[in-house]
Amino acid sequence: MIPVRHAVTASTEKIIQPIEPTIMSSSDMTIHLKIWRQKNAESKGRFETYTLDNVNEHMSFLEMLDVLNEELIENGDDPVEFDYDCREGICGSCNLVINGRAHGPKHMTAVCQLHMRNYSDGDTVVIEPARAAAFPVIKDLVVDRSAFDRIIEAGGYVSVKTGSAPEANLIPVPQKKANQAFDYATCIGCGACVAACPNSSASLFTGAKIGHLNKLPQGQPEKQQRVLSMVAQMEKEGFGDCSNYAECEAVCPVGISISAIAEMRREYLKALFDN
Amino acid sequence: MKLDSKVPSGPLEEKWDRHLKDIKLLSPNNKRKHTVIVVGTGLAGASAAASLAELGYNVKSFCIQDSERRAHSIAAQGGINAAKNYPNDGDSIWRLFYDTIKGGDYRSREANVYRLAQVSNEIIDQAVAQGVPFAREYSGLLDNRSFGGAQVSRTFYARGQTGQQLLLGAYQAMMKMVHAGKIENHTRKEMLDLVVIDGKARGIITRDLVSGEMEKWTGDAVVLCTGGYGNVFYLSTNAKNANVTAAWRCHKRGATFANPCYVQIHPTCIPVSGDYQSKLTLMSESLRNDGRVWVPREKGDKRKPGSIPEHERFYYLEEKYPSFGNLVPRDVASRNAKIVTDEGMGVGATGKAVYLDFRDAIKRDGRDAIEAKYGNLFDMYENITGENPYKEPMRIFPAVHYTMGGLWVDYNLMSNVPGLFVAGEANFSDHGANRLGASALMQGLADGYFVIPYTIGNYIADTDLAAVDSNHNAFAEAVSNSKSQIDKLLNINGDKSVIHYHRELGKIMWDKVGISRSREGMSRAIEDIRALRDEFWQNVRVPGEANYYNKYLEFACRVADYFELAELMALDALQREESCGCHLREEYQSEEGEALRNDEEFSYVAAWEFLGVNGKLETTMHKEELEFEFVELKQRSYK
Ligand SMILES: Cc1cc2nc3c(=O)[nH]c(=O)nc-3n(C[C@H](O)[C@H](O)[C@H](O)COP(=O)(O)OP(=O)(O)OC[C@H]3O[C@@H](n4cnc5c(N)ncnc54)[C@H](O)[C@@H]3O)c2cc1C
Ligand code: SF4
Ligand code: FES
Repeated sequence: MIPVRHAVTASTEKIIQPIEPTIMSSSDMTIHLKIWRQKNAESKGRFETYTLDNVNEHMSFLEMLDVLNEELIENGDDPVEFDYDCREGICGSCNLVINGRAHGPKHMTAVCQLHMRNYSDGDTVVIEPARAAAFPVIKDLVVDRSAFDRIIEAGGYVSVKTGSAPEANLIPVPQKKANQAFDYATCIGCGACVAACPNSSASLFTGAKIGHLNKLPQGQPEKQQRVLSMVAQMEKEGFGDCSNYAECEAVCPVGISISAIAEMRREYLKALFDN
Repeated sequence: MKLDSKVPSGPLEEKWDRHLKDIKLLSPNNKRKHTVIVVGTGLAGASAAASLAELGYNVKSFCIQDSERRAHSIAAQGGINAAKNYPNDGDSIWRLFYDTIKGGDYRSREANVYRLAQVSNEIIDQAVAQGVPFAREYSGLLDNRSFGGAQVSRTFYARGQTGQQLLLGAYQAMMKMVHAGKIENHTRKEMLDLVVIDGKARGIITRDLVSGEMEKWTGDAVVLCTGGYGNVFYLSTNAKNANVTAAWRCHKRGATFANPCYVQIHPTCIPVSGDYQSKLTLMSESLRNDGRVWVPREKGDKRKPGSIPEHERFYYLEEKYPSFGNLVPRDVASRNAKIVTDEGMGVGATGKAVYLDFRDAIKRDGRDAIEAKYGNLFDMYENITGENPYKEPMRIFPAVHYTMGGLWVDYNLMSNVPGLFVAGEANFSDHGANRLGASALMQGLADGYFVIPYTIGNYIADTDLAAVDSNHNAFAEAVSNSKSQIDKLLNINGDKSVIHYHRELGKIMWDKVGISRSREGMSRAIEDIRALRDEFWQNVRVPGEANYYNKYLEFACRVADYFELAELMALDALQREESCGCHLREEYQSEEGEALRNDEEFSYVAAWEFLGVNGKLETTMHKEELEFEFVELKQRSYK
């Protein structure tokens, strides 16, 4: 293993020395960080700047933040809080906005899957929370995305009780339909679409779930009620409308297509009309 | 203490049905009066919460993440087994049962495993009805593949995201019941203690991870679905928040912990690249269908793989196991990777890796065919390592993946603490000393959808559950316990971080209680764990305060528990003087290095009772003898 050591420089006057001597390797980089710090939902936040020397290209972006935190802790400062769990791009916990882009620069990549080889020595990186009125900040880069759960709660399911399901192969699904449903079902619920949208709309997230279930025969009976309830909840949570900016699709780490939104609208209008 | 497995009598095939018939039922009216606490929202917890709520119970659900949908189950890739026999290749409930028992190296309970195989088919029906988009054939019917060395195709899958799709199905079922007002759901809350009143589990204590507040919750039963403890090794394929805290605190309240030493190590993970490494990424073992595993024959050979000629490559799995070759079971593949790297033949900058080479497969089938099969895995590998596996062999190394051990439960999935049920990876029940691929998802959902909802009814109907309220002393005592531990941790103010101690603990565990274990190594490990634990309590630095979001404080509480669990794992591995499943004792192997199981002396479940920690862990072992009425015990051989 190559031991890696890192120095932290806080923006405020104090310059903190590395605890142990630094071992440089060819891939070491210096990265300047501007990170949003906010104590809690009520307080006002601000950017703090830090400098990390000896960032290794093989580190993930979140591991770089871990290293920063280790140094902050050693120096008696509060570490930067950010959400993560799987670090494999599937749980949807991570959701940083990096240099103005949700999940950072790499197309179809959640920030936990981003590696430092995508940066160069001397780069400045600005890190902010996924901001939206419906996603209040909890601390630093951690936000409250429970509004998403309430949208699912409003109708994002097929109402089948445990034990009452028919034999699985009694419901054949054409492969093409199954694949389309799958493409929508892969949404990881990260909220990047909301953070990227100028209107803070949750349409891509909601559309993806509606699209998933509507493509399948199992989803048909509750189709109309589902779209009406989920859209109503989306509005109630304070998410904005969709004006077709398509910023959401551009940042979505799993490539949910904005066709989901068009389909949702179609279903919504039809349901309104029929009801 | 007598551990009664409560396995119903009668023929294997009839036990569960008979049990269901004998079980006491609660009327819907009665169920409404009872509250069940479900901790965890992975496959086991989400399915249990949804099903219990549908039956009419009031459910209180808890998880650590900001949403139920983010539980660690979301990351499972490969698939879920069931005995549907759709491909008509001779599969059956019996065969799935038999493979699971044999795969577990005859260290699990026959009756539990048989039930698992029995309900497996219903899980698929349930998931499909929920809209889980499993892979399908052109006909529109469900597709299956073979997985983890099974001779039949019984694995259902949803691309490489089977866990995600199954969990979303269970999560949605759960949210439906939240909407119906039958589940009160709590996210970002961590269970820190179990409350036992009159010998029965009657509530839990949680810490609100946003406000830091300690909260008390009462119930008539507690279902623990809090996952596995692989993160005791620090580096593992588990999610960062996976932990043993909930299970360990129940253990400290009297629940016995069974077979803690059974840990599965997955052979195909991306190797560690540096000290900053925070977790390991699994790559599907399907890669071993086409990749060939090798290392240079010469120790310390630093040449690029492409310049190492054929006769200087050691295809060690193919040479040692000619009939299974690269497809030997997980434990055999992992162990051999360790052997060759320990001998100095490892590759890459750290020397802790072996090659998984697709050169020949690409030559044989063409790049397009390989890309069609493994494209997404190759991309993932390239994204993480910056290397192109079409051009250079992948570097892989084993990593801790799954823990078969867990809280002891009887046939009803109830621990020895009445009213405390345990489901999913958190219990020890079905996988013996080794778990087969695609059977953890099956077990989690079997427990949650089809077992617990019924067995809990029997317990509640059968038990005198006087009302308790959260002003009871037991709640106050539990709160003050957890509070004082947190205060203590915050006040040590030493000079090493929690992550430092966790990483050091992980190294001890990996080196001495990992892939291969020896009496001497484990005795050393126990000493080292104790010394490091003492140092942790003297010298850890936990930043910040208790009354706001503080991730490192959460970690500190979890690492404190890992320090105790680690010692128990080593003790358990030490007493098990045989090699079985994933547990390889260096003293107990044949001359050719094959594991030697000892059925005469070790055909039991080791269930440990916690007595205290006083410099050392005080504990006693209870045995549940395993009886094999229906299968004949055989030695595994993959030669
Ligand atoms: C990378 C990977 C791939 C895998 N692939 C497969 C596969 O293909 N097939 C297969 O069968 N198995 C697979 N497995 C194994 C399988 O995913 C797990 O064993 C299974 O998902 C565990 O489910 P669970 O419900 O028991 O727990 P988990 O999904 O781990 O859920 C634990 C829950 O408990 C909560 N929790 C934990 N502690 C506390 C606490 N103190 N307080 C409150 N809540 C708490 C968490 O928030 C979470 O909700 C894989 C595992 C990994 C790591
Ligand atoms: S649609 Fe894409 S960006 Fe939005 S929550 Fe889902 S995965 Fe994230
Ligand atoms: S941490 Fe799970 S998706 Fe990034």
